[in-house]
Amino acid sequence: MIVERPRDLRIKKIAAHGFMLIFLALILFPFFMIVSISFREGNFATGSLWPENPTLEHWYLAFGLDYTRADGTVVAPPYPVLLWMWNSIKIGLIASAGVLALSTISAYAFSRIRIRGKQGLLDGLFLIQMFPTTLALVAIFAIFDALGEVTPALGINSHLALILVYLSQITLHIWTIKGYFDSVDTALDKAAEIDGASAWQTFRYIFLPLAVPIMAVVFVLSFIGVINDYPIASVLIRSEDQMTLAVGSRLYLNEFKYLWGDFAAAAILSGLPITIVFLIAQRYLVSGLSEGAVKG
Amino acid sequence: MTIADAGPGPSETHIETWPWLRLAVVAVLGVAMLYGAFFLYQIAQPLFGAILLAVATGFVVIFGANRFYGARFIFPGVAAVLVFIAFPVAYTIWLGFTNYSSFNLLSYERTIEVLTSRGTVDPETEQPFTVARDGDGYRIWLPESGLLSEPVTLAVEEEAVTLAPAEPPLDLLSPREAIKLRAGLQSLTLTTPDEIDLRNAGLRTFASVTPDFVRSGEDMLTRSSDGLVLTANHDTGFFETPDGEPVPPGWRVGVGFDNFQRILESKGVRGPMLSIFAWTFAFAALSVAGVFAVGLLLAVILQWEHLRFKTLYRILLILPYAVPGFISILVFRGLFNQNFGEINLILEALFGIRPDWFTDGNLARVMILFVNIWLGYPYMMLLAMGFLQAVPQDHKKAAALEGASSLRVFFTITLPQIIPPFLPLLIAAFAFNFNNLVLILLLTRGGPDIPGTVIPAGETDILASFTYRLAFQDSGQQFGLAGAITLLIFLVVAAISYANFVAMRRAAAKRSGR
Repeated sequence: MIVERPRDLRIKKIAAHGFMLIFLALILFPFFMIVSISFREGNFATGSLWPENPTLEHWYLAFGLDYTRADGTVVAPPYPVLLWMWNSIKIGLIASAGVLALSTISAYAFSRIRIRGKQGLLDGLFLIQMFPTTLALVAIFAIFDALGEVTPALGINSHLALILVYLSQITLHIWTIKGYFDSVDTALDKAAEIDGASAWQTFRYIFLPLAVPIMAVVFVLSFIGVINDYPIASVLIRSEDQMTLAVGSRLYLNEFKYLWGDFAAAAILSGLPITIVFLIAQRYLVSGLSEGAVKG
Repeated sequence: MTIADAGPGPSETHIETWPWLRLAVVAVLGVAMLYGAFFLYQIAQPLFGAILLAVATGFVVIFGANRFYGARFIFPGVAAVLVFIAFPVAYTIWLGFTNYSSFNLLSYERTIEVLTSRGTVDPETEQPFTVARDGDGYRIWLPESGLLSEPVTLAVEEEAVTLAPAEPPLDLLSPREAIKLRAGLQSLTLTTPDEIDLRNAGLRTFASVTPDFVRSGEDMLTRSSDGLVLTANHDTGFFETPDGEPVPPGWRVGVGFDNFQRILESKGVRGPMLSIFAWTFAFAALSVAGVFAVGLLLAVILQWEHLRFKTLYRILLILPYAVPGFISILVFRGLFNQNFGEINLILEALFGIRPDWFTDGNLARVMILFVNIWLGYPYMMLLAMGFLQAVPQDHKKAAALEGASSLRVFFTITLPQIIPPFLPLLIAAFAFNFNNLVLILLLTRGGPDIPGTVIPAGETDILASFTYRLAFQDSGQQFGLAGAITLLIFLVVAAISYANFVAMRRAAAKRSGR
């Protein structure tokens, strides 16, 4: 390991790079395929992996535009992809803002304020965070079905109902932010206390500004979590114009109406922005993830 | 260490600038919530009403009294967790003890309403109608008998007006506009000059309608067609004829352990349940083992000091993690498609085979594991890279000097040092995969179906997806049975959750002891 013969080292290097390249080829295959499919004519595999007569038809449809083929037939977009994207982004932003507000303030309380029974609450929270919301799908459906009789704004097919359910994500994030607050020097809040700051002022003027980086992490994580949800949205949303991207995308690969090519373009269009945000944020995301999980 | 530990905390020394403003806001919100609770109680949702009442009480007490200043910070989060997680999970499990399903969907009162509003249309009197505009309201015009109604609003519940002969009105609504007024039309009774009551009998017609069932007493309905008296059976949740034949729809009643008995004793349910249970564990365990092994291997290679292009490799390797999961899963669903998928296209060109990825149970399971490892290894790789850096170099060097091979160094020095901090994360990954609904629903929907079962159960169904299909797909919305299975999942998750709790405690104790 320390003393290596140059020849052995070269063989090892070639082996490592070779392994990496083969592995990457396997892993990245779906990405190349989906790009190629999005430019290919028609919605079925044609026998060649490379598009022979590249066409922008699927891309026109993904952007919600009619496409006129060479023979004059006009194809209308099968689904409102941009509307779904907007729904997803809107729900994601509002729900994440709510999650962020609730979890930051709870995390501060759990980290700094003395409350009777806090340890018990913390332990309870830790146990509850393992229960996925999907475990309560039946109840969620029953609850919002009943609330819909009070006001349709809180019923099935309403975005507000969906956002409320997504607020349950806070359990995970309280831990992440609390881990961060725990590492803040207590001298800071003591100084504030001596100056006569209330707990709220300490939170507002000392902890909140300090927490901006971790809050960004939590916001992005929560946003990605909301965008990626399928089960809850599929139970609560019924009509096509209210669907989120995750629920709507599945319609493309229906056995009876198989739109593989159209799906490919729509998938790239909707997946690319989120992928880019993630790649930019990934360094911070990962450290945030493991910190929150390990610090406890 | 908290500030409050070091003496009187900020909660005691706090002086408020605008106490009356806060109290006013609290009072207004409290009253609004109380009104909401009362409203929920009125529309026969006493449970939700009680919950809102509890939240309102907590809110008023904690934000009203100065004593609970500290608790104000924790209240919103704790309330959200209780209302959005704890209550729904408990409610789902409680539904497991009822017969809630598409046959027993309504409340008792609603069932009676539905049954008594059903009627038989007298074809003699059935005739088309059109709606005429009349100022702010409308009139109903029956062209066949030349009758026009008094003005109606079509906006209130239960309207009754008389008809009189008249000339055809001019301002008639199109059928499309008339359909929009359907709700008002359905609660409208028109009385002809011969004292016959006509009601809306279809999209385009009015007719004399005789009710099928008439309420004839507490828990009793009389069927008009044969005069039989139906009695309410509060054990099965149906009105029954004297011979015990149920008349749908039914209402929701508690059935005790019936659903659990069905799971444990009915052969058509127990068989698939056992196989699904086993597969759920196998799926979660194999997924975690797979992502851990692949992730760790890649992390070790990436840490190797002589490797070039590390950053490039790293970025490319985490791509599967960066793409939204539902898109990747659907892409794989298309690529693996048996007939038009690119994977079978390649396999046929290379080896002349076309595996049945979606109709052969074992192949479907292999596909699911492959896709799940593809989705999950980058996360493990990133975590492993962090943990590997924490392993002291001199331990490894000492072992290497003693002549240990790199493999031996890895398994005797590195691995034992990274397993303990990894353990809680592995347990969490297990719990996540145990309920990995998104993957199963988007990739296979649980298919292919297990042959010879009475409920739809698939070879690749995990407990969560099985529950989802029972409740929300093609099988009669068996919410009760789904709730019972949820209790099973709940117990397993609770055990995993507790194990994680213990593992975390140990890891924390070890760190602070170091």
